[in-house]
Amino acid sequence: MRPRKGTIGLILYFLLLLLPIYWMFNISLRTNADILNEFALYPADPTFANYMKIFTDPAWYSGYINSIAYVAMNVLISLSVALPAAYAFSRYRFLGDKHMFFWLLANRMAPPAVFLLPFLQLYSTFGLIDTHIAVALAHCLFTVPLAVWILEGFMSGVPREIDETAYLDGYGFPRFFLTIFVPLIRSGIGVTAFFCFMFSWVELLLARALTDTVAKPIAATMTQTVGATGLDWGLLAAAGVLTIVPGALVIWFVRDYMAKGFALGRV
Amino acid sequence: MNKWQDNRAWFLVMPLLLIVALSAIIPLIMVVNTSVQDIFGPGNRVFVGTEWFEEVLSDRRLHDALRRQLTFSGLVLLIEIPLGVAIALAMPKRGWGVSVSLVVLALPLVIPWNVIGTIWIIFTRPDIGLLGVLVNGLGIQFDHTAAALDAWVSVMLMEVWHWTPLVALLAYAGLRAIPDAYYQAARIDGASAWAVFRHIQLPKMRGVLMIAVLLRFMDSFLIYAEPFVLTGGGPGNSTTFLSTYLVKLAVGQSAPGPAAAFSLIYFLIVLPICLVFYQALQNVGTGDKR
Repeated sequence: MRPRKGTIGLILYFLLLLLPIYWMFNISLRTNADILNEFALYPADPTFANYMKIFTDPAWYSGYINSIAYVAMNVLISLSVALPAAYAFSRYRFLGDKHMFFWLLANRMAPPAVFLLPFLQLYSTFGLIDTHIAVALAHCLFTVPLAVWILEGFMSGVPREIDETAYLDGYGFPRFFLTIFVPLIRSGIGVTAFFCFMFSWVELLLARALTDTVAKPIAATMTQTVGATGLDWGLLAAAGVLTIVPGALVIWFVRDYMAKGFALGRV
Repeated sequence: MNKWQDNRAWFLVMPLLLIVALSAIIPLIMVVNTSVQDIFGPGNRVFVGTEWFEEVLSDRRLHDALRRQLTFSGLVLLIEIPLGVAIALAMPKRGWGVSVSLVVLALPLVIPWNVIGTIWIIFTRPDIGLLGVLVNGLGIQFDHTAAALDAWVSVMLMEVWHWTPLVALLAYAGLRAIPDAYYQAARIDGASAWAVFRHIQLPKMRGVLMIAVLLRFMDSFLIYAEPFVLTGGGPGNSTTFLSTYLVKLAVGQSAPGPAAAFSLIYFLIVLPICLVFYQALQNVGTGDKR
């Protein structure tokens, strides 16, 4: 009897979990007049007008392109600096290694709000304000530590004998690392990329502060509609639904590896 | 775990240091700089010592924000941890159900934080939101823009909705790591479901649960975007948490000094918790090997 009771509870929970998302989807398929006029559990007369507006208005769709651009840059930067560093942490003992590791952790836990002002000052000195790279670099604050821990966990699972054998066979470090080691931990790299994507995609405080018009993320475009008079709920909901899509796609591809990332407890 | 001793490993860490210099080291130094100076304009600054720190530490609104923050984070742990464990226990162990559960659970985690706020505005508004209309229909006045209690209920609901899945995923990962032999032994002994939970599952999950508790505490301690979008810190200041207050301070005021001093104090509160977290992480690592 017990597992069945649990399953019913679980299904109920999942329904509750999906309900707010469904509600936003429901609102997104209706016109603003319709939304404000009558309360309906499902769109009686669904319209894609809100979505069409987003796909045809550059002020809206460029937000998506900007978000995807800085997230992609961030994932690339994070992975390329974290791979060698994680290898160093997993294979070597060196002066100050523990302190460095702890300090990276502290960065992951640092309140982003703390870094708001210095980022603004620093990046305006370099003329980087309102560029994708500024946001990508700022997000490295928490994605780089994240990438190092997750990768270090996966790398420590690879026996050291592999490294030793390769060095005996006359491999140099770069060749060994790129042709043997990296392919061995490719699932770990996938998991890491997912978590970097996730945390860069959802962050907005820094992304909004560092951008103005050219590189403005989609989520910021949305907040600027809030508070304006005559708020268009349907349009806002449609934009919200579209921000969920990339995340949902990525989860679907990494679902089997995801649990492994969580198992290491390093998110 | 015996690693090779070689200080040349620093060369492998160099590229990371370079990036982190731009994203963490230099900014942090700038915060320290700002926190001890009064800046009137470019090239016009005075060293003021600990003046800003004293001002910020005696700020009543900061005390209130800290109290609210601690209440909030405490409630988050009390609700999310048991709920997350219960969900993990109810999740299927094999078959297609696993994939579906994982995907559904991970969904709230990849929604941008301010969109989470937007979802909950749309969901709880008394005019167009399902929850708002439903609750008001039952004859209970509910409006998170007007009453402090309603705002708290909305923010808590949103927080639990948003982050319980993370606890569940962590707990589930911990459960998966328990070898079948334990369950077989329990079955032979005729152990009850409660006994299995109390003496096998709970002790085995200790490591991941420790991490879940610390992660949820830290992240709820730093929360900003979701409640800001949903309530704007109000009504009044009733849902103004530490980060909300810090951003208000940083953006609203002419002198950046107080905000910088507050930033450092904030950071110093977080640091010891971080140390505990670090120790827990090391223990999980060794626990797996045994």
